Amino acid sequence: MSSTTIGTSTATRTQPPLLVAGPLAWMRANLFNSWLSTAVTLALIYIIARAAIGFIDWAFIHAVWSVPKSAQGVIDPSDCRNMKGVGACWAVIGDKWRFILFGRYPFDEQWRAGICIALFIALFVVSAMRRFWRKELALIWIATLFVIGVLMWGGVLGLAFVPQDSWGGLPMTLILATFGLALAFPLAVFVALGRRATTLPAVRYLCIVYIELVRGVPLISVLFMASVMFPLFMPVGLNPDKLLRAQLGIILFGAAYLAEVIRGGLQALPKGQYEAADALGLTFWQKMRLVVLPQALRMVIPPMVNNFIGSFKDTSLVLIIGIFDLLTAAKVALAEPVWQGYSTEVYLVLAIIYFVFCYSMSRYSRGLEAEFGRSVRR
Amino acid sequence: MELSWSDPRLRALVWQIVIVGGIAGLIWYLVANTMNNLQVRRIATGFGFLDRVAGIPIGEHSIEYDPAVHSYGRAIWIGVLNTLRVSVVGIILSTILGTLVGIARLSKNWLLSRLAAVYVETIRDIPLLLQLFFWYAIVQGLPAPRASLHPVEGVFLSNRGIKLPLLQWQDAHSWAFAAFILGWIGTASWARMATRKQEATGIRPRVWPAGLALMIAFPALVWAALGAPFALEMPVLRGFNFVGGLTISPEYGALTIGLVLYTASYTAEIVRSGILSVATGQWEAAGALGLRPGSVMRLIVLPQALRVIIPPMTSTYLSLAKNSSLAVAIGYQDVVSIINTVLNQTGQAVEGIAMIMLVYLTISLSISLFMNWYNARIALVER
Repeated sequence: MSSTTIGTSTATRTQPPLLVAGPLAWMRANLFNSWLSTAVTLALIYIIARAAIGFIDWAFIHAVWSVPKSAQGVIDPSDCRNMKGVGACWAVIGDKWRFILFGRYPFDEQWRAGICIALFIALFVVSAMRRFWRKELALIWIATLFVIGVLMWGGVLGLAFVPQDSWGGLPMTLILATFGLALAFPLAVFVALGRRATTLPAVRYLCIVYIELVRGVPLISVLFMASVMFPLFMPVGLNPDKLLRAQLGIILFGAAYLAEVIRGGLQALPKGQYEAADALGLTFWQKMRLVVLPQALRMVIPPMVNNFIGSFKDTSLVLIIGIFDLLTAAKVALAEPVWQGYSTEVYLVLAIIYFVFCYSMSRYSRGLEAEFGRSVRR
Repeated sequence: MELSWSDPRLRALVWQIVIVGGIAGLIWYLVANTMNNLQVRRIATGFGFLDRVAGIPIGEHSIEYDPAVHSYGRAIWIGVLNTLRVSVVGIILSTILGTLVGIARLSKNWLLSRLAAVYVETIRDIPLLLQLFFWYAIVQGLPAPRASLHPVEGVFLSNRGIKLPLLQWQDAHSWAFAAFILGWIGTASWARMATRKQEATGIRPRVWPAGLALMIAFPALVWAALGAPFALEMPVLRGFNFVGGLTISPEYGALTIGLVLYTASYTAEIVRSGILSVATGQWEAAGALGLRPGSVMRLIVLPQALRVIIPPMTSTYLSLAKNSSLAVAIGYQDVVSIINTVLNQTGQAVEGIAMIMLVYLTISLSISLFMNWYNARIALVER
């Protein structure tokens, strides 16, 4: 305890009592403030401790990290078999991680797919930074997606050609999600504008029917349509690639949801902005391009990120129509006789990969929301 | 009047004709191609195939079904019923779980609220399909029927599903159920009477003794008067599988667990934001009136929170119904799964997809209509 002299009197500075401030007081207020709360806390501590000990036991202490591999490349999984149900078999990840991440992409060329993953992540990070929120961002997207296309396909600059059938794993998931967003976005803007075009009732009803029809059915039915019905739509003999059809289905599905988000932004913009643009004598497209869209789109960035999280998760559904994304690669790896029955380990790793992507996006969107909210409330 | 390009009405008309014409042309082109393709592949259009014998084995059917006798139409109808079975149960369970988690997240107990937050954040950020595979692998990893887990008498957990004892339904049970419904109606009118009396005199007669008597004692009496029959049909291990009792198949179990846990994480956030939207002053005013915490929640906060909760809840229910179509990936025979098999067998792709869309549009529309009706009922009545 220190004492300070003010004038002639001496005041003693004392610590507050333990039960008013400090960790003990915090625990009393937040964990044990009534008998019910105390009971809940104790029960939860017990459950969490039991679960944590069980998990650590399984995932670390009794885990098998690798299994012997003979010179011929034959794997002997007996260590894992012995520990089944007691410890995790991480050897399956050690053996299969490249297959799960890159699918059937040629082994020696997988660095290209790896660079693509890095490019995708860099693209997301750049798009997240506010200083890049301007028209040039569209150019960055086009350029990056072009480079990714070159890297994945190859066939130029001395890169070996890799057909789409051999693509797979995480790059495939990222391609489906990102190209889906990039191409759904312009379509969604037009549909959202169309839905609000009161002077064009025919166009308006067309947009409403499209949005409501797509939002009323599950994505699977759209994917089935893309995979089963699309070949029927085309002239005889012309049969577009399976990946292209699935991508088209994802774009058409995503655009309907995105259009509703963008419509929210268009509606939230004060009417004065529209009227002011009209008063300046701008044409419809000038008004949209210079006044309305820059403001409306900026407003809906947080919900658009949430929308993107949804479509990122939804890309896993392409498994059902047989496209080789991250989840399909994991399922195929698990179908191998040696590794049958170790699905928990593989699913856990996949869950972590999906979680890292989705959680960072959702944190970002929440941060933005708080920031935008602050400027509105001020 | 002179036609001029600077006339906005003329421009609007021209634009509409151009756009609608373009889209109609595209659709016409696609339809023409489809007709041509169907002719080349010798697939007859129309719904005539629905009357043909299906020959699809269906594991779970709530109405009588024999693949050698019954038609495609009946098989698809079973798929619709299976979809409804999983959606309705999923909606009810996820609402209960989501509400509990949402309230837990607002709890003053730090540990409880953190735990609820971790649950919500984790489950939301993992694809539902992955979660379904995870649960299905766990259910399939249960021991074989002979070595099944046996926590309580009559309950067996094995890789053939969950076996529960089934009450042998007799007439007395139907009468007791009817008595319960009557008692419920009676209690409701008693409560209405109590409210009228409270409005007139300020004193509210007790409702719960009447409720207890009408809804519990009355049916029990009816049941006892009819001889109090009570017999459980126990599942018995015979050979490699169980006979008798109620079965929850692994597919249905995994799908329901996955859907409920996933959807509840969304419901929890909706409930939480709904409760948070009620101004603090409302809580304080209710407390100042001397209401107990339970009554504050029931009479003051929930009625106001519901107005915020219902619209997003509707879309969550809609997405649950649509997500139930992921059943096809784990082998639960819902409508999408069965129609997919049908269209692979018959080649009737156009009709099949159209039927899937029709079924889901009907379900979506029914949920929306019900929720809109409910929303209108609880909406703020203003002067």
